Amino acid sequence: MVNQPVFQTRGLTKVYDQGEVQVHALQGVDLDLYAGELVVMLGASGSGKSTLLNILGGLDVPSTGTVSYRDERLDGAREKDLTRYRRDFVGFVFQFYNLIPSLTARENVAAVTEISRHPMEPEQALALVGLEGRMDHFPAQLSGGEQQRVAIARAIAKCPEVLLCDEPTGALDSATGIRVLEALEKANRETGTTTVIITHNAAIANMADRVITLSDGRISGEHRNGLRQDPRSLSW
Amino acid sequence: MSGHTLRTKLYRELWHLKGQVIAIALVIGGGVAVCLMSLVNYSSLTATRADYYAEHRFADVFVSLKRAPNHVLQQVARIPGIYNVGARVEGAAKLDIAGFDEPVSARLISLPETGMPEVNRLYLRLGRLPEAGRNNEVVVIGSFADAHGLVPGDTLSAIINGRRQQMTVVGVAESPEFVYIIPPGAMLPDYERYGVLWLPRKSLAAAMDMSGAFNSLVLQTEMDTPIAGVIDHLDRLLARYGGTGAFDRSEQFSHRFLNDELNQLKTMATVFPLIFMAVAMFLLNVVISRLISTQRDIVAVLKAFGYSNRQVGWHYSQMVLVIASVGLLLGTVAGLWLGRELGQLYMEFYRFPSLLFSINPWWLVFLAAITLLVAWIGGWRAIRAAAALPPAEAMRPDGPGRFRKGAFERALGGLRFSQPSRMILRQLASRPTRTLLSATGVAMAAAIVMVGNFQFDSVGLMVHTQFARVQQQDISVSFVEPVNEAALYGLARQPGVLYAEGRRLVSARLINGHREWRTVLTGIPGDAKVQFVIDQNLNPVPLPPAGLLLTDFLAVELGVKPGDILTIEVLEGERRKLEIPVAGITNEFLGVGAYMMLSALNRSLSDGPQINQALLNIEDERAPGLYRQLREMPGVLGIGIRQAMLDSFFDTLARNFLTFTLVNSILGGIIAFGVIYNTIRISLAEKGRELASLRVLGYTHNEVSHILLGELALLLILGVPLGWAIGHGLGELIVSAMQTELYRVPLLITYQTFGISAAVVVLSALGSGFIAWWRLRGLDLVAVLKTRE
Repeated sequence: MVNQPVFQTRGLTKVYDQGEVQVHALQGVDLDLYAGELVVMLGASGSGKSTLLNILGGLDVPSTGTVSYRDERLDGAREKDLTRYRRDFVGFVFQFYNLIPSLTARENVAAVTEISRHPMEPEQALALVGLEGRMDHFPAQLSGGEQQRVAIARAIAKCPEVLLCDEPTGALDSATGIRVLEALEKANRETGTTTVIITHNAAIANMADRVITLSDGRISGEHRNGLRQDPRSLSW
Repeated sequence: MSGHTLRTKLYRELWHLKGQVIAIALVIGGGVAVCLMSLVNYSSLTATRADYYAEHRFADVFVSLKRAPNHVLQQVARIPGIYNVGARVEGAAKLDIAGFDEPVSARLISLPETGMPEVNRLYLRLGRLPEAGRNNEVVVIGSFADAHGLVPGDTLSAIINGRRQQMTVVGVAESPEFVYIIPPGAMLPDYERYGVLWLPRKSLAAAMDMSGAFNSLVLQTEMDTPIAGVIDHLDRLLARYGGTGAFDRSEQFSHRFLNDELNQLKTMATVFPLIFMAVAMFLLNVVISRLISTQRDIVAVLKAFGYSNRQVGWHYSQMVLVIASVGLLLGTVAGLWLGRELGQLYMEFYRFPSLLFSINPWWLVFLAAITLLVAWIGGWRAIRAAAALPPAEAMRPDGPGRFRKGAFERALGGLRFSQPSRMILRQLASRPTRTLLSATGVAMAAAIVMVGNFQFDSVGLMVHTQFARVQQQDISVSFVEPVNEAALYGLARQPGVLYAEGRRLVSARLINGHREWRTVLTGIPGDAKVQFVIDQNLNPVPLPPAGLLLTDFLAVELGVKPGDILTIEVLEGERRKLEIPVAGITNEFLGVGAYMMLSALNRSLSDGPQINQALLNIEDERAPGLYRQLREMPGVLGIGIRQAMLDSFFDTLARNFLTFTLVNSILGGIIAFGVIYNTIRISLAEKGRELASLRVLGYTHNEVSHILLGELALLLILGVPLGWAIGHGLGELIVSAMQTELYRVPLLITYQTFGISAAVVVLSALGSGFIAWWRLRGLDLVAVLKTRE
């Protein structure tokens, strides 16, 4: 593992003004993420894990504190720069897949590769998640697990520096969820992309290099697994 | 939960959707406003005219005669059914107005000793009536006074029967008899060169050698007496005094044209708003169904809580009804106001004393009921569809929509589409009904604007045709009496005259059985160069060597076809009765005419080569001198200047027609905006999640906007040409509903009108597009991703 962190956050806070109530989603997070590692972030809902992921992905900006991606500061960056950052460096996987229903699996991936600088072929990305046979299907013709794997292919096809996954198995049954995790694990292993999976499902933690626990907007625990477990051995 | 909670939900949601609520309300408001505006305008003018007629005792029967001694009036008064008789002396004069060098002619009408006539009473705008014994005092009609800036105290000199008389203006008045004034032999009003003057009977009778006699009668009849009987009596009684035949209001010039115009307004007030309303209702239906279909999950939740279909239905019905009510209110206020303003404008044009504001309240009730009903039906279809789903199914996210590669896309297989372009195409192709409805909405908006505009083109074409092709003379000179054709040589020798051509106009009554029509029979030389008859394709129609050529409108009114014999009662000179065959029929845009070869006409009247009008082409720079010359010629009654008539016509047209048209265009534009804004807002609501996903994946704001706006652009590309086609069809409908005696509007739609309708729609689209673009900037990426749908 290389020592130079890909992400570095210091004293990160995020406060949401919801009318008269202030919600402190993050209350001082210091975090380093390293190239190529697979990190699982565990936390109950409301622990701030999604907020943290959104800030890392350039979808949101912190209230105070710093966040940098390599040498680039993301806090205080302009919307245009954040768009450029997402476009060039970040791959996202969401709980509800967020595929474009009017595009086939291949076209959904192409939607991203068309605007990327060094993408892989959509077909290659789909093969990586085991969907080479379903490339011309529309989302409505795919199962939930398949849709999520298309989403993963779409995220990795641009060869991102970092893959951010927000509850990727949240909407799936466990057998299907495990297939999705396998795809993520494989992508991480074969492309060396730094991968962050956030989940409230502790069973997933065992597939990670490193597990970070969040509660009440702070990092409450962190441990490194000696050995990453194969997703196929997980169950919940 | 109670109804109260639902009501709170209703208000909050309406507030939340305020942009769309206002846009839909504008569509409804636009339709209602056009409807009301036209109705109010028409019914106010009709009521105003009726009131004016009643108040000023407008005659029911009119007679002109050569000369009858005053004692004949006793016999007239004994005719059953007549209750009010006005006997007058009428004449014509040439006027000298200080500072105006051109010949001016006027119709003179006597006022009784008592001042105010019993029939056709004057409405005094300024000053007073002539005082008893003051024989040089005169009252001038308002339009003429305005054209020359005449006020009480001004003087003018008139040549009556060859004698010059100085007169002082003491009053400016209007009369129900002269709401619409057109100089004899002309087709359009010319307020500068033709007016009406009222003089004391004594002075006019003296000038006209009519002392102790009269030559014009105006009569009011009892309500329940058939006018035809009265007319028969009068004709028998007055024949020996040179009566030219009594006629009722339907043949009175001013009334007839006013009627025509009001009928046209009526068409505008019915056909036009019907079209407008139908379009608005269609759009409303589309927009409301789409709005409600976005609430599908909420319907499900309400049902899951145990609300009945009826409660849910009523809740959404309220939503629709509130929106419709807002539109109705906007439209009613705007429509009443516009109708009143427009009425005011027309009133100034017609010079009615005051405008009566009139609208049948039942119309308001009817309009409101229709509006609410149609809005509700529009909403109800969508509500029922949503309520019909089992709650669990409706609450589940809609799932990825079912798409496939359409035939259209396969046909374009050779082209490489970017994924966003593919999204646009498939989005539209996957829901053909909706795409069709949206495009039709855009089309209807374009059509409405077009219908609002084309009439100006059509009327413009009509008038230009008439004046550029049919009446190529610069001026027309009317003579007091028919003169020998040789007089043309005298005119042609005047400095500045390039060409002179003669015509003869004869007042006549055309009769076929019980159908008759008072008009002017025009004798045109066979080699006429400046004024001739043309057909609707603008080709000259050769005059038959003998027999009549009739305007088709007139042929239909009289029920004759070529070969039939018409009886012609000449209303001047020896009052001959002629039997002349109809030789041909032509179709003209403007006016109604009966034409003959000049030589044939003179032969029928046993006259030599006589004319009473000369048409001249002149040199512009020598016109002022020529006008002065003409003014001094004793035989010349007056002149008509082509350009002046055109100017005055377009001025009037611009004021009245254009106002109407402009208002319609603006309302059409508002409707266009309402439709397009809603289309794009609903698209935004439906696609927000997709677009947010793309933003998250690194698409820029503009790249994402492209998807939303590209869809809109395609709708415009489909909708605008469709709108042109629909607009053309509606134009034909309106044109055929607007045929009158004065003119038959041809359907002409210029590129400009096509352009304007497209521009209005495209501008609305740009405005709506900008709002959507702006809202996309503020798209909350995180929130959209977190929710399922």
